[in-house]
Amino acid sequence: MHDAGKELARPTALEMLDGPITDASLRRYLDGIPGVDAVGLEQRAADLGSRSIKTTSKAWALDTIIRLIDLTTLEGADTPGKVRSLSAKAVTPDASDRSTPQVAAVCVYGDMVPYAVEALGAHHSVGGEGGINVAAVATAFPSGRASLAVKLADTADAVDAGADEIDMVIDRGAFLSGRYGQVYDEIVAVKEACRRSDGSYAHLKVILETGELNTYDNVRRASWLSILAGGDFIKTSTGKVSPAATLPVTLLMLQVVRDWHLLTGEKVGVKPAGGIRSSKDAIKYLVTVAETVGEEWLQPHLFRFGASSLLNDVLLQRQKLTTGQYSGADYVTID
Amino acid sequence: MSFLDYAPAPESTSVLNLKKQYGLFINGEFVDGRGDGFATISPATEKHIAQIATATDADVDDAVRAARRAYDTVWSTMSGSDRGKYLFRIARLVQERARELAVAESLDNGKPIKESRDVDVPLVAAWFFYYAGWADKLDHAGLGANPRSLGVAGQVIPWNFPLLMLAWKIAPALAAGNTVVLKPAETTPLTALIFAEILQQAELPAGVVNIVTGAGATGRALVAHPGIDKVAFTGSTAVGREIARTIAGTSKRVTLELGGKAANIVFDDAPIDEAVEGIVNGIFFNQGHVCCAGSRLLVQESIHDEVIERLKRRMSTLRVGDPLDKNTDVGAINSREQLDRIRALSDQGEAEGAERWSPDCELPTDGFWFKPTIFTGVSTSDTIAREEIFGPVLSVLTFRTPAEAIAKANNTPYGLSAGIWSDKGSRILAVADKLRAGVIWANTFNKFDPSSPFGGYKESGYGREGGKHGLGAYLATAASGTSLPSSIAPSVPAELSAPAELSAPAEPATPAEPTAAEPTAAEPASTTETTTAPNGAAE
Repeated sequence: MHDAGKELARPTALEMLDGPITDASLRRYLDGIPGVDAVGLEQRAADLGSRSIKTTSKAWALDTIIRLIDLTTLEGADTPGKVRSLSAKAVTPDASDRSTPQVAAVCVYGDMVPYAVEALGAHHSVGGEGGINVAAVATAFPSGRASLAVKLADTADAVDAGADEIDMVIDRGAFLSGRYGQVYDEIVAVKEACRRSDGSYAHLKVILETGELNTYDNVRRASWLSILAGGDFIKTSTGKVSPAATLPVTLLMLQVVRDWHLLTGEKVGVKPAGGIRSSKDAIKYLVTVAETVGEEWLQPHLFRFGASSLLNDVLLQRQKLTTGQYSGADYVTID
Repeated sequence: MSFLDYAPAPESTSVLNLKKQYGLFINGEFVDGRGDGFATISPATEKHIAQIATATDADVDDAVRAARRAYDTVWSTMSGSDRGKYLFRIARLVQERARELAVAESLDNGKPIKESRDVDVPLVAAWFFYYAGWADKLDHAGLGANPRSLGVAGQVIPWNFPLLMLAWKIAPALAAGNTVVLKPAETTPLTALIFAEILQQAELPAGVVNIVTGAGATGRALVAHPGIDKVAFTGSTAVGREIARTIAGTSKRVTLELGGKAANIVFDDAPIDEAVEGIVNGIFFNQGHVCCAGSRLLVQESIHDEVIERLKRRMSTLRVGDPLDKNTDVGAINSREQLDRIRALSDQGEAEGAERWSPDCELPTDGFWFKPTIFTGVSTSDTIAREEIFGPVLSVLTFRTPAEAIAKANNTPYGLSAGIWSDKGSRILAVADKLRAGVIWANTFNKFDPSSPFGGYKESGYGREGGKHGLGAYLATAASGTSLPSSIAPSVPAELSAPAELSAPAEPATPAEPTAAEPTAAEPASTTETTTAPNGAAE
C-alpha cells in the first residue's frame, strides 16, 4: 500500500536471478541461500524470549501490540453480526479506557468484507494513514487448493468490496514438489489482482503456512520466494494448521526481511499469526523484531499480529498497569 | 525513549543473606583464618561485599587434617549409595537456593544475571545430580571392579565460573569417595562460602569438604601439602606449570585444566545467522572469561566481509552494563588486574597493525568494563592471535581451504576447544578428526553437560573433567598401586604404594616435609608422605 503503483514482481528479482524466472533458476537461487541450523535458531529465539520487559517499556509494548493486531475472525460460522461486533471491538478495544489505541485491521473472509467496511464506517482507513484497515483472506484460504482463476476471482472480489489488504496462501503442494516457478507466478498474479480500478494496490500478505513447510530451510526459501514475487508482507500461518506462528519461525522470517532490506533498501512486513494468545508471548515477538530488524519495524505497515484472543489479554495487562490490580475476563468485552 | 532502551529490570539482592565477614570452612564449621583477611568487592561497582579470611599454611594444614580425618573415619567407609544421597541432597539444595546463588555470583564475579541464572547455577545442580548417580555405580566407571578412591583432594579453582568450577571439582571427588580441600579464587570466594552453608544444611559429615580462602600463597600451600593425594586445578597455564613442578616426583595425582586460544572455524556453507550467534556466544559469553572461549575466529575468505558485517550488526545489539539487570548481555570484567591485561593486549593488537572495532555503547563509570571488541586483519604471528586474552576480544583470521583452516586452528600451544560451522556433516567430521583440541563443538559453542568429558591437549592441560572420564580422575583401579597414597584404605596392603617410591631416591621420608597430615590411628603407616621425594621427574 505504501508502495502503491510499483512494478508487479520486484524489479530486482530478475536481476538477482540473472535470467528468466524458472523452477530451475529459482531453485539455484534459493538453494544458494545459507541454511538454517535449527538448534541455533531456536536457542536464539529462546534467548530473545528471556528479555525482561518492565514498567515503562511494558506499557509502551502493550499499546504497541494493540496497534499491531489484525483482529481476526475466520470461522465457517461467521455472520454479519459477528463481524460488526468484531469491528466495534477494533474501534473501541476497551470501553472502560478510551485512551486505548485502535487495532491495525480486522481480518475476515472475503464475503464478510462489505460488513466490516460498513461497520467500521468513518474509522475505516480506506487506504489512508490512520484508521483501521480491512484485511481479507483470499485465494481459496486456508488450503489454497483451487484453480488460479478461482484464486484470482476470490482476490478481486475482496478488493472490489473494499478490502485494503489481501492475505493470500501459497500453494504448499507446488512448493514442496519443487515447482517454485508456479508459486512465484501465482503470487505475481494475485498481486496483480490486488490492483484497484484507480491503479493503486491492496496490500498483499503472503501466507507461507510454515506448519506445512516443516523445515526451517523451507521457511527461509519460501520467504525469499514470496518477497521476490512482490509480497508486501510475509505471514507465518493461516491459523488452521498446527503449529502456527512460533517465535523461531518468526525470527527466521525477520532475518530474511532484514537481509532483503540490506540488499535492496526495500522494507517488507512480517505477520506471525495463530497461537499468540498472551501479552507475555506477544512482547517476546516485539523484542525479536526490535533486536533483529530494528524498532522501525514496530509499525502497522511492517509488523502485525494475526490474533483473536490476544487482544483481551493485552487489555487485562493494560488495566493492571493502569490500576495496579488484576481484573478479570468479565471486565473486557468479548467480540 | 526507544523501546530498545529497555527499562531497568534489576534482580533484587534482597534474596541474599550475606554475612559481613566469612571465615574458613574447616571440619564443618566456619573458623577464623590466621591470615590478614581481605575484602571481596563487586567488579561492577567496586563496592565492598564482605570481608574474607586468609588461610595461612597452618590453616591449610588444619583443613587437610580435617579432610583426612573425615576420609578415614567416615567418607571412605560409607557406602556409595549413602554418598550419593548426600550429593543428591546438595543438588536439590542448590536448586532451592538457585536465585540466591545466582545473585551472589553475579554480584561477586560481574557476570550477567541471565548467565548465572540460566547457565552457571543450573549446571552446578546438574553436576551434582550427575555424579550423585555415579556414587554407587563406580564398578561401571571403566576401571574394573572396586575402584578405589584416592584420599584427600586439593582443589584450586578460578574466578571465571566460581561456583560451577567448584561443582566440577567437588562433585566427582565426593562421588568417588574422596574428601576435599578447595581453594576458591581470591576475587570470587562468595558463592563457595554460601555453598559451605549449603553443606551444613545438607548435614554433610564434618571435614568431607573444607574451603580455604586466600590468594596464591594459600593455593601454593594446599598444592604442596604432603597430606593431599590428588591435585585438581583450573586456571592459567603459568600457574599450572608451577603446580606440575611442585608435585613432580610425588605420588600426587593431578589434573590441570588450563588456558586456551580456541579456533572457531566458519566455512562458507555455514548457517550464517546461527554462526554469527555462535561467534558472539563463543567470545562474549561471560565477558570472554572462558578458558575454552572461541577467541580466534577463522572465517573462510570468501565470506569474510559478510560475516564481519553481520557480526558487527549483532554486536551493536549487545547490552553491556549492570550484571544484575536481567537484560544485560555482557557484564563487568572481574578485576582491575584482568582489565589491565585485556587493555594491554588489545593495545598491542592495535600496535601490531590489526584493525580494532567496538560497538558504540556507554560503559558505567565505576567498576571494571571493557567494550566487546573485534580485531580484523589479524596475522597468525600477532600477539592477539597467540596469547590468551581472557576477555571480550576476538581476533579474526581468514583461511582458504579446509586444510589451511585445520593448520591454522592447530597452530597454537593450546588445545582446549574448537568450533566448526558448516552445513556439511561430512566436512564437520573430517575437520574435527584433525583438530587437536579436547572439545570440539559443531554448529554450536560453549555448551556444557556433566556427562561430557572436558579437558585439553598440549598446554591446555591434562586429565579430563566431566562424564565417566572425570570420575576416573578421582579413582584408581583396585589392582594399580602406582599412585596409591598409602592412606587410601587400611585394607590395602601398604606395599602397593611401593612402586611410587621406587622411582624416588632410596632415602626414606624427606625430612623437610611437615609431619604427616594424619594424626588418626587408622593410618597403616606414614609411608604416604615418603612419596614426596625430591625427584624432579616429570609426570
